[in-house]
Amino acid sequence: MTTAERPGPALQPEMGFFTDTSICIGCKACEVACKEWNRIPVDDMGLTGMSYDNTQGLGGSTWRHVAFVEQPLPGRTPGDGHGGHEHGHGHDEHGHGGHGSHGSGGHGGPGADLGHGGDGRVVAAGELGGGQTATTGDGGSRLRWLMASDVCKHCSRAGCLDVCPTGALFRTEFGSVVVQQDVCNGCGYCVSACPYGVIDQRPGDGRVFKCTLCYDRLGDGMEPACAKACPTRSIQFGPLEELRARARERVGELHRAGVGEARLYGEDTEDGVGGDHAFFLLLDEPEVYGLPPDPVVPTRDLPDMWRHAGLAALTLLAGVTAAFALGRGETRRAPRTAARRGAAQAVRRAARAGKRGMGR
Amino acid sequence: MVPKGEFRSYYGMPVLNQPTWKAADIAGYLFMGGLAGASSALAAGAELTGRPALARPAKITALGAISLSAAALIHDLGRPERFANMLRVFKPTSPMSMGSWLLAAYGPLAGLGAVTDVTGLFPRAGRAASCGAGVLGSLVTTYTAVLICDTAVPSWHEGYRQMPFVFAGSAASAAGGLGMIAAPPAQAGPARRAAVLGAALELGAVERMRRSMGLAAEPYGAGRAGRLLRAATALSVAGAAGAAVLARRSRTAAILSGAALLASSACTRFAVFHAGVASARDPKYTVVPQRERLEARAKEPGAHRAPDPARVTAPG
Ligand code: SF4
Ligand code: SF4
Repeated sequence: MTTAERPGPALQPEMGFFTDTSICIGCKACEVACKEWNRIPVDDMGLTGMSYDNTQGLGGSTWRHVAFVEQPLPGRTPGDGHGGHEHGHGHDEHGHGGHGSHGSGGHGGPGADLGHGGDGRVVAAGELGGGQTATTGDGGSRLRWLMASDVCKHCSRAGCLDVCPTGALFRTEFGSVVVQQDVCNGCGYCVSACPYGVIDQRPGDGRVFKCTLCYDRLGDGMEPACAKACPTRSIQFGPLEELRARARERVGELHRAGVGEARLYGEDTEDGVGGDHAFFLLLDEPEVYGLPPDPVVPTRDLPDMWRHAGLAALTLLAGVTAAFALGRGETRRAPRTAARRGAAQAVRRAARAGKRGMGR
Repeated sequence: MVPKGEFRSYYGMPVLNQPTWKAADIAGYLFMGGLAGASSALAAGAELTGRPALARPAKITALGAISLSAAALIHDLGRPERFANMLRVFKPTSPMSMGSWLLAAYGPLAGLGAVTDVTGLFPRAGRAASCGAGVLGSLVTTYTAVLICDTAVPSWHEGYRQMPFVFAGSAASAAGGLGMIAAPPAQAGPARRAAVLGAALELGAVERMRRSMGLAAEPYGAGRAGRLLRAATALSVAGAAGAAVLARRSRTAAILSGAALLASSACTRFAVFHAGVASARDPKYTVVPQRERLEARAKEPGAHRAPDPARVTAPG
């Protein structure tokens, strides 16, 4: 019932991104490359003070966003005597041996074996794939940095595309979702219909913008600018099927290396959006990165919504009919008896239908 | 397990982008559209039962309100000059597209009904147009519920089963209220009854909606949305009581009760609007219900995805 069915001409496989956040170093080369290639204007250049992330999120002028999470290592809860509550300033203690004593031992969680080399070094991203890990002087790891480059998911069932009333949003031959800027009238419906908070209106312009999966570059056989610029290959571009296989392999590899928290996000074609064309390998719950844990395309419930709206409309008509039928004798030209009886029956029927409808 | 009320997020930042819609435009659009649609239904009834003094103001209200609501919708566009782009596609998956076509059909009928009534020209065509507008008007009042519920905004989407009934009730009480103000009490009987029935439907449906939508109900009781909804309830009860008891005898009471009902309907629409915006701003309303859904699914027998072995309890 949706317009979101993939077109898929036989020869053109669906393309997408696999973003492996376990090897992201947070350099933001993707953000810069995206801005440059797509000639996106600057947005707010302020400092957030919350972390090294001053971009904050995706929007009309930000189509790649590198999230930066600083947290105590998994398996160390504030209550277990390891200073999990010190996250946020723990990295200041880096190298101060005097603070190290209560930071060692008790590597209870699956991620706790990461990144402590005994020599107190910070394990490089990608070495084990557990995120960047800061350590205390005696080598006991205390916190980790998670970095993830977020982007439009190019959902297989895309809320933005479904609700767009002008046809500005369309599905390309690559399976991606793109806005035609010369058609969009800035109604903003897509903004509220995206379960991921991706597409947004550009202030001062009025229209909406988002990642195009570099539609222009793809047409010329090039990969998207962000994937091209990524120095660690955290962002990989390719045929979706190939990427999915590679991603599953990578998760297996990480699990064998002891990174039990590695998981894929958005690769499942059975999920609420029919699977994403841009999916991720994450090292923590999606919400930690600002992603919804179980997104569902709003239009999934649209037939049911129309059914309820129809019943409510009938209820309204029935109510108005009742308002007239109950007033017999009020005016000189009262309706004839037969018509009145018929109307009263219709009212009762519709009222019953309305009651049933509202309960579901 | 996530303990109740606790959840993780990215520095407390919202998961969703905030609705770009402006409160005055879109809540105003919801209110005006409802007033227009229900006024058309009332006008059709008045026309058919020989109540010209009720029919005429109801028809004029319908035309005025639908014009204002269309103006508000166009004003809200980022590129208002491109509003006609909505009519370049017919798209069943987009409630805004369907709504545009509905308004394109309804607007001229409402216009024809009002103009023929005032001028006395083409009475037969006018009557047919008024009846058509009355039927389509019922959809105009409820489609706007689909419009806002077909979004990822928790406090809109989770209420999609009851929202059309809330809007239908709110519209009927507003149109009834206007009829009480504009028509002499002798012909305003149906308006009074529509107002009372509408207020009852609205109050009942709001209550039912808030009970059934889980965490997403919270914004309806807090902040600006909460204040607006409490005001709407008070005005609705007062207006309906006035309509039922006093408005038949006293014109002043009819006007006061009618005004209270109109104000109540507007407050309801603004309350719904602001509740949605508040629910999009706080990641809690997105994350917690989704997390609970995942956990419930993991517990189901035969769940193909095992619960995550690496659940971390530390705050993000
Ligand atoms: S992530 Fe949002 S903007 Fe991107 S395709 Fe999906 S619904 Fe549309
Ligand atoms: S803002 Fe533009 S792209 Fe988004 S739904 Fe409206 S017309 Fe379509």
